[in-house]
This record gives sequence, structure tokens and C-alpha cells, in this order.
Amino acid sequence: MKPTTFREISGTSAGYYSLLGLLALLVASGLGAAYYMEHNGHWVTGMNNQIVWGMPHVFAVFLIVAASGALNVASMASVFGKTAYKPLSRLSGLLAITLLVGGLTVLVLDLGRPDRLIVAMTYYNFKSIFAWNIILYNGFLVIVAAYLFTMMSRAANKHSTKAGFVAFLWRLTLTTGTGSIFGFIVARQAYDAAIMAPMFIVFSFAFGLAIFLLVLFAGFRWTGRPLGDYLVNRLQRLLGLFVAASLFFVVVFHLTNLYATEHHEVEHFILAGNNVYSGLFWVGYVLLGSLAPLAICYLAPFRASVGWATTASVLVIGGGLAMMYVIIIGGQAFPLQLFPGMEVSSSFNDGVINPYNPSVPEILLGIGGFSLALAMAMVAIKIMRFLPLSLSNAETDPHFTAEER
Amino acid sequence: MNPQERKQDDNQIDTYRRRLLGGGAALAGAATLGPGVFFTSVARAKPDDQPVSSEVRWGFLIDTNKCADNCNDCVTACEKENGWGSGSADEQHSRPDQKAQWIRKVTVRDKRTDHSMSLPMMCQHCAHPPCVDVCPTGASMKRADGIVLVDKHICIGCRYCMMACPYKARSFVHEDLEHQREYAPRGKGTVESCNLCVHRVDKDEIPACAEACEEKAILFGNLNDANSEIARRLASEPSTEIRGDLRLDLGVRYQGI
Amino acid sequence: MKESRHTRQGFWAAALIFALFSLPVMAGAPVPDIPEAVKGDQCVEETGFMRKNHMELLLHQRDETMHRGIRTKKHSLKNCFTCHVVKDAGGQPVTVKSPKHFCRECHDYAAVQIDCFQCHTSVPGGHKTTGEKL
Repeated sequence: MKPTTFREISGTSAGYYSLLGLLALLVASGLGAAYYMEHNGHWVTGMNNQIVWGMPHVFAVFLIVAASGALNVASMASVFGKTAYKPLSRLSGLLAITLLVGGLTVLVLDLGRPDRLIVAMTYYNFKSIFAWNIILYNGFLVIVAAYLFTMMSRAANKHSTKAGFVAFLWRLTLTTGTGSIFGFIVARQAYDAAIMAPMFIVFSFAFGLAIFLLVLFAGFRWTGRPLGDYLVNRLQRLLGLFVAASLFFVVVFHLTNLYATEHHEVEHFILAGNNVYSGLFWVGYVLLGSLAPLAICYLAPFRASVGWATTASVLVIGGGLAMMYVIIIGGQAFPLQLFPGMEVSSSFNDGVINPYNPSVPEILLGIGGFSLALAMAMVAIKIMRFLPLSLSNAETDPHFTAEER
Repeated sequence: MNPQERKQDDNQIDTYRRRLLGGGAALAGAATLGPGVFFTSVARAKPDDQPVSSEVRWGFLIDTNKCADNCNDCVTACEKENGWGSGSADEQHSRPDQKAQWIRKVTVRDKRTDHSMSLPMMCQHCAHPPCVDVCPTGASMKRADGIVLVDKHICIGCRYCMMACPYKARSFVHEDLEHQREYAPRGKGTVESCNLCVHRVDKDEIPACAEACEEKAILFGNLNDANSEIARRLASEPSTEIRGDLRLDLGVRYQGI
Repeated sequence: MKESRHTRQGFWAAALIFALFSLPVMAGAPVPDIPEAVKGDQCVEETGFMRKNHMELLLHQRDETMHRGIRTKKHSLKNCFTCHVVKDAGGQPVTVKSPKHFCRECHDYAAVQIDCFQCHTSVPGGHKTTGEKL
């Protein structure tokens, strides 16, 4: 294979500026929403003392999980030696950084006291998985930035494989940490399961790749750079594999819970309740977010098509957000079991399904974080060499040069 | 506080600990001279300039048989004492599900037998509190004498402790407040919960809820003092912990459930 | 010599900064009108020390009280208000909402934000009942 040529995109078209302007507008409205929430206090949101984490956390956790997954394409090349993905490594690292920044921004702006961010950085309780995550997130940004440097600097290029390996290990730890935020909560029926850590890792593969593909396809189509069907086909099948693996973990998670009598009520609530969570689970995650993209990724009529791969990616992202909503909000909506087997009531919503109506500012904040991640990536590919000039089959398919795989 | 200062503080704590141990040895000596000397010395209110000691563990014994269904006296007393709910003109914007509740009355009904009872529910002051484990900054903390508190100075309002608490004991303040009690600071964007009326306990008074209960259903005392009423009753009568399966070693125990 | 040149430069820089900061005073800009303490003629520490270090004392006391239950009065926030209280025309102590509040006089002037009173009461004794309007 020829060495890949990377080039900035020109980024002078009306389309580029319109899209960037739209994203900037969404970021601004997200910041405005955050200011509104912080100025008034959280009473203006749908969150309450029962549903303490709401829509901002759905977006934030999704983005953070997707960030570590976006790095996967680079890891495939550097750690697992799949050279076909090598030209994609830079974009992969870039998205890993911007998605994490977007997610963390949402998380921080939703804090009760975002002005005390410095406290979060200076006071550590090392038994808290949250405190560990603060270190893991900051470390991730530094390590991926260093990894990008080794890829983009000729002098440091010889360290690229090592840096890629460190970044890979770090991102596995990071997603384990994110999954453990929920996995370590002993008090709630819907959480408290060790499988949540690996489940979140597999989610990250799927969510991260889906966002990566959308950015890649958009970048190539709108700059008119060639993108061969060899790579599209491979990426499409890879997405299918990740979606299948995610679904497998979800099935195992729920089967395990269904086996234990103590979890029957919460499983019934999530899987067969007359509520938004069951709907989002079956229609949002299973049908649209998993089975539909699986069909697109593996069935012959949809193969090696940028259009269909884009559709599959959008579905995976939508399904992922639905899954986060079910896990985060649904898990809190189900009442705490103070007296297992007893009927409980009080003035503090004991024993009842906790209602939650997401408010507009919360959703705007979440979308703002998403937009921030994309806007940062858009600017970065304009000022630095992240995108290859060509990903035609001649550039990516080893059989073109008669090289053995 | 920078790490160095914190280290200094730790050293200071060590100094205090040594002093206390020394004092403990002296007291143990005194105990051999006359029975009861040891316990009365420890149970007496500590001087203002002395730190709280882990030789004391404060707790409640709540007898649900004495707790009437429609009685809300403990809740009202807490509201008045600490300035929340009906005890404050604040929190006008918050919806009912957003308003703080440090203590609440819970009705428990056995679906099979229809037997029902009423009990007050608040922070259980665990020896191994999940809220303290999960707090990223250490704002959620346990004092040496077993009282679980939120250090609102370093609480960032992430609400992870609320996710982790098995008892739903904590509330998040959803709006600006301005009518706080002098001894019970609370404010927007931070988490709060029952603090066992720490300001009263430090003055050798009992918590407001225990004082207000006319049926004497709430007994307050030092669990570590074998001569205290609470310890004697716990030794001679049956009692249980709520969600005892979690093995959190609660400071609040119940009878009649 | 390199070092002495640095010293000289440092002197002129300091002089310039001092001159710039003195300008408002020379121009008759407002200075904070620090309210008199209502009782006593000596603060818990020497006045100059307090002006410079009160935040350190409060921070230290805050951690001692929170984490170790030490409730000595001398350096407590509560103790500040036993003397440093400003009353309105009706003889009622003003809250931190009023720019005349003891803490605000200087903090507004220096543009240093304090968040003590988001949780702590800003009047001596706090609010004792359900919340009389102040």
C-alpha cells in the first residue's frame, strides 16, 4: 500500500460555514440553557429528588462512552494490526477527544455547583469511582493527544504503536470506570451488576464507530474525496459486529436478572411495563437500534453502501441514546426497595414509580454538548491534517497491490 | 486545602488521636478504681476545642409499636429546628418532588397479611455509608462519632450520593435559599440530609425529633457506651436494621418491624 | 551584572504598578466605607492581620468544625457577626442582599466574590422562625 497523504479540508464553502454556524448556534443555546438552570436552580428542570440524573446525563454518558469507542478504529490499526484502518487513525483520535470534551462539558454544566469545578480537581476521595473517572478522563485527553502527536509528527512517528497501545489500555479502563458508575450502586435494583462494565465497553465500540462513520462519510462526500467500497464494506461489517455484541450483552444482563426472583419486579418494569422505558427498550434499542442496523450491515442488498451505512449509524446512535435513557432514567424511576416485598408509601414518593418529564433546557444542554464535539472536529480537520486525501480501493485494499493479507 | 496542608492536618489528627488514646488509658486506669467512671467520662459533652471521638457512636432506637400512623411530630420538629419544609419560607419554586425532606413518615403494609405500620425514616448513619464511598470530593463524610454529614463547602452537587443511598435519605436543594438557621446552613446546588442535629449533639442535647416524640418512640444515645439506655435496650430486646442485607452497620435501629 | 539589572527592572515595574493602582485614590475614587464594629474595640486578632488573613482563619475553622466537631467561638463565622453587624433605619440587621452588609463593603470594592452566604445566614442569630421577611 502507498503511504497515505493527509490534507486539511479547504473549509471555505457556504455549506461548511452554514453547518458550523448551525452547530455554533446549538452550542450557544446549550450554554444558555446551562446558565438558565444554574441561575435559577434545578427547579426549572424535570429532575427532582427521585430522578436526580436526567437528560443531561443521558447525553453526557452517551458521549463519554462514544468517545472511548471512537478511538477504536485507531486501535484496530495500531494494536490489532489491521492496516486497512491506518489512514483513519487520526480522525479516530480526534473524535475521541472532541466527544469526551463534549460529554464532560454537559456533565460539568449540570452540576449543582459548576463554579466549584476546581474543588472537583483538588479534593479526591479515592474510593469514589467518580473521582477515578476524573483522573481517567483527564488522562485520556492527554494520552490521546500524545498518540495523535506520534501519528502526525514525523520525528515521533516511531513511537506511534506504543502510544496506540497505551491509549487502547487506557480507553478500556475508562469505559470500565464509566460502566462502574452504575455497576457499583448496590442500592438500586436496576444497577448493581458487574456485567455493566464490559457491557459499556461493547456499547462504546458500537456508539463510537457509528459517530465516527457519520463524520467520515460527511467529510469525504462534502469535500469530494474518493472513498472506495472496500473500506465502506469493512467498516459496515465491523459496525454490525459491534451492534451484535452489544445486543448479546444486553440479553445476558437481562437473562441473569430474570433468573433471580428478587429482580423480577424491576425486570417487569423495564421490559414489560406500560411505560416509556419498555417502549424505548424494545422499539428504540432492540428493533431500530440493533436489529435494523444488523440487517443493514449484513444483508446483501445493503452492502458497501455509504447511504445504508449512514442509515445504520444514525439508527445505532438513536438506539444508544434510547438505551442510556432506559438505564439511567428507568433505573431511577423504579422505586427503591426499602422493605422488600412490602407496600410502602410516604410524602417522599416512596414505593411509587417516579415520574420524569425532561425539560427543554436539559435537552438543549445535551444537544449543545453533542454539537460542541462535532464543531470542534469540523474546525480541527480544517486547520490540521486529519483526513486522508483519498480512501479509494487502491489506497486501502491490500489486493490492489497484490500484497497478501 | 492543598495536599501539604491536608497532610499537616492528618498529622494533627494523629496528634489528637495519640492524646486521646493517652487519655483513654488514663480513663481505663480510673475504671479500675471505680466502676462506671470510664463510661460517664466518655459520655459527657466534649469541650468545644476537642475533636469528636470514635469511642462514641451516636444512634437511634426507634420503636415502631409506639409510632402512631397519623402523628407527624418528629417531622415537624425537624422542619422547625433545621429550617426546611414548613419550617422555612424558602423553596417556593420547587415542586413537591423537588423539595427537601430530611425526615419523613413511611407507611409499610404487608401485602399478604394487610398488617401495616408507620415509622420515621431518615439518614441511617451507616458505619459503611455508600454515600461516602461514592462522593468524588469527600464532601459526603462520616465523623468519628458516626454522624454522616455533607460538607457543603466542597459539595459540587453531582448527586451521586443520592443515587447510592439505599434509604433515599438525601435531598438536593433546587433553588436559592435565604432563611437559613444560624446552625443549619443549607443552600442551592448542594445535597443535604439528616445530620442527627449535630449542633445539638455537640452541646450534649438530643436531636429535635427524639425530643419532640411524646410517645418516646425515638431513643437517642451512645451505642458504644454499654451503660447507656440505648445500648442496654439493644442488648436485651430484639431490633432490626432496614435493608440489613446490605450489611452497612446502621446507626439507626428499629423495633417492631 | 545580570542579576542587578533584573532587580532594577523589577523595581521600576513595581513602581509603575504601584503608581497605576494609586491613581484611583489620588483621583478621589470611592474607598470602602468600613462599618464600625458594634461592640468592643479589638477584633479577635490584630486588625491588619484580620484584613489580610480573615479568609485563612475562616477556612481553617470551617474544616475543623465540619470534620472534627471543634466548635471554638473565636475564629467562627458566627463570632464575626457578634460585632460586625450593620443595622438598617428600623434597627434590624441588614442581610447580605444589602450593599451595606459588613462583608460586602470591602468584597464589592475588591470585586472578590464570596459564596459563604449561599448556605450560611448573613445576619446574627439567623432566621429563627419560618422565615420572617427581612
